[in-house]
Amino acid sequence: MTATTFQDKAAACWSGCKQRHAEFMANPHLSGGQKLAVHYFTVAMVLFMAQLLFGLLAGLQFLFPSFLYEILDFNVNRMVHINAMVVWMLYGFIGSVYWFLEDESGVEIVGLKWGQLAFWVLTGAVTLVVLVYLFIQFGAGNDTSLWLINEGREYIEAPRWADIGIVVVVLTFFYNVAATFAKGQWSGIAGVLVLDLVALAGLYLAGMFYVTNISVDQYWWWWVIHLWVEATWEVLVGCIMAWSLMKLLGVRRQIVQTWLYIEVALMFGSGILGLGHHYFWIGTPEYWFSIGGFFSALEPIPLVAMVVHSVYDSGVHRFKNSNHPALAWIIAHTFGNFLGAGVWGFMHTLPQINLYTHGTQWSASHGHLAFFGAYATINIAFFYLAAQQARGNVWMGGDLANGWRWKAAAILLNLGVLGMTVALLIAGYEQSFIERAVEGSTWAGYFAAQNHPWFMQAMVWRMVFGLMTAAGGGLLFWDLVEIGKGEQRPAAVIASQAE
Amino acid sequence: MTEQIPPRWASETFWKKTAIWVTGGSFVLLVVLTFDSLAKISAGGPRVPAYSVINKDIGYRFDKSKQRYQPVIGDDAPLFGKSLSEEEAEKLVDLGKKTVQAKNCMNCHTLLGNGAYYAPDLTKAWLDQGWIAKESREQMMLNFLLDPEKNARTFGSNRKMPNLEITQQEAEGIVAFLKWMASIDTNGFPHNFRALGAED
Repeated sequence: MTATTFQDKAAACWSGCKQRHAEFMANPHLSGGQKLAVHYFTVAMVLFMAQLLFGLLAGLQFLFPSFLYEILDFNVNRMVHINAMVVWMLYGFIGSVYWFLEDESGVEIVGLKWGQLAFWVLTGAVTLVVLVYLFIQFGAGNDTSLWLINEGREYIEAPRWADIGIVVVVLTFFYNVAATFAKGQWSGIAGVLVLDLVALAGLYLAGMFYVTNISVDQYWWWWVIHLWVEATWEVLVGCIMAWSLMKLLGVRRQIVQTWLYIEVALMFGSGILGLGHHYFWIGTPEYWFSIGGFFSALEPIPLVAMVVHSVYDSGVHRFKNSNHPALAWIIAHTFGNFLGAGVWGFMHTLPQINLYTHGTQWSASHGHLAFFGAYATINIAFFYLAAQQARGNVWMGGDLANGWRWKAAAILLNLGVLGMTVALLIAGYEQSFIERAVEGSTWAGYFAAQNHPWFMQAMVWRMVFGLMTAAGGGLLFWDLVEIGKGEQRPAAVIASQAE
Repeated sequence: MTEQIPPRWASETFWKKTAIWVTGGSFVLLVVLTFDSLAKISAGGPRVPAYSVINKDIGYRFDKSKQRYQPVIGDDAPLFGKSLSEEEAEKLVDLGKKTVQAKNCMNCHTLLGNGAYYAPDLTKAWLDQGWIAKESREQMMLNFLLDPEKNARTFGSNRKMPNLEITQQEAEGIVAFLKWMASIDTNGFPHNFRALGAED
């Protein structure tokens, strides 16, 4: 292709995108906040696809170590895999909050323009960070590398300049949320949400400095990772679920808010000191055995409460709801959260077993089911709410045109992730026994476990289920683009229970 | 239908107050414990030795009274044959730590058990029997870091560390960092680890 034709094609593509965007911005079915939410959801879906792709590449490297060697090494693929995940979760949460903010507060979003600007700034920054991850990959052992390329700390690898950008964007988001509720009406959900966002933004600061001492480094690093994932994110999805149960099933506000407070008490009551289960082996004092073991063992309790809450409400309302795919994903969320975060976390949280499982594929098994079950699912539920509203609040009940697609996507994704989880669990068991208990954790022991047929078989099965998950992801993407198009029937009206 | 008033223990207000008190109480406790833990894990404290520990021999032995493995700091054994001051040692370990971060080691390896699971844990890498003998260890580590492709240690797995363009200075920093990390009291993690020289 000559340079001129390439330029012409690029210009045509750009003007096509601009036109599609202008058409979307004129959509009469969506409020300003909901349009911004759809922006976030769109990027979230793209990042979800990236997460799947780089997960497959990293998984393949376990089977074929020379695959992409010194081109896209395992550490690069794995970093993009987990970073795409963290960022698409956050995009999903931010989008979900923008989605219901006007509905919950009763007024238009205050400072929406700033929110829109923040979206483009964040998306530009994420794109740049990923390009640097892929094409620069690593730097020399100095501050410049940590500021511009990669901080090299799992999950929060984003270079320091991007950290500062993230904080600014989150503060803008916080301003939108707090100022909108302040102008409109406050509610229990609003109160919990605003305080949770303060904690979420504040905790990120704990991951924004460098120290030589690795024990101190990991102490603060866990403040960000654990107190985000096992505390503030859980409460955030609690708020999102509370609102969606009112919307989808017509559950009474008093009931969801009481449940929300119970969940906050149990979640923070167990999760804050449950942080101690990451402090068993990093140099920290022995008292963390008791504190971390005890409180983290309690962490599944609020997740049981969430299952009871959602299943009970669904049963009371005889599953009559206005959006079948969304409700299906909310139910998948409660069970996935309980199993992935709760049961899988509990299984290896006590120090007596964690001594052998820490740093093995056990953690990967837990991580896959927990992140998917607790967070991917509820974001997907909101993508379906958005698709329904964007197409004119159309029917999304039984007898939906091409309804097989959302069901097949849901089945493939759920079975795929569950299959990967079990395969990784088997690998984790094998590692705990062979590498840790028998071989005593030496490098020779590590590789004895990695080369064992049980481990290799588990990696093959992980790949098979990974492909199933990717197929489900692709189908989900297609379904979200198509679902509800051409549908003429209006959405089922679900009467709210009397206040 | 008449509205039933829920009992006090099931009311919204009760749980709101409970949520606030439980959250506040837990957080205050965490802050107090954080002050205590940070004091105990500062370099040179009771659990995390000063950086100049790289001038000493470091072992890892089973402590019968505690029923777990513990680092043991021994006689003088300066790294690369040169005894360093506290300041020099910190500078070298710092270079190693920064290099470990900048080269994104944690997305293949685990450090103190945290990271990714594609390559071995580095917590006690300094003490690993894979370095064959104490006398050859430092040079073998440097050679490996400088040219991991040529000096690959795959243990039959075909997994090779990529060449990360590590300089001589950075490699020395990494070795210092690994030696210092091996001296941290990690409450017996990893268990059952037979350290190089432990048979002496």
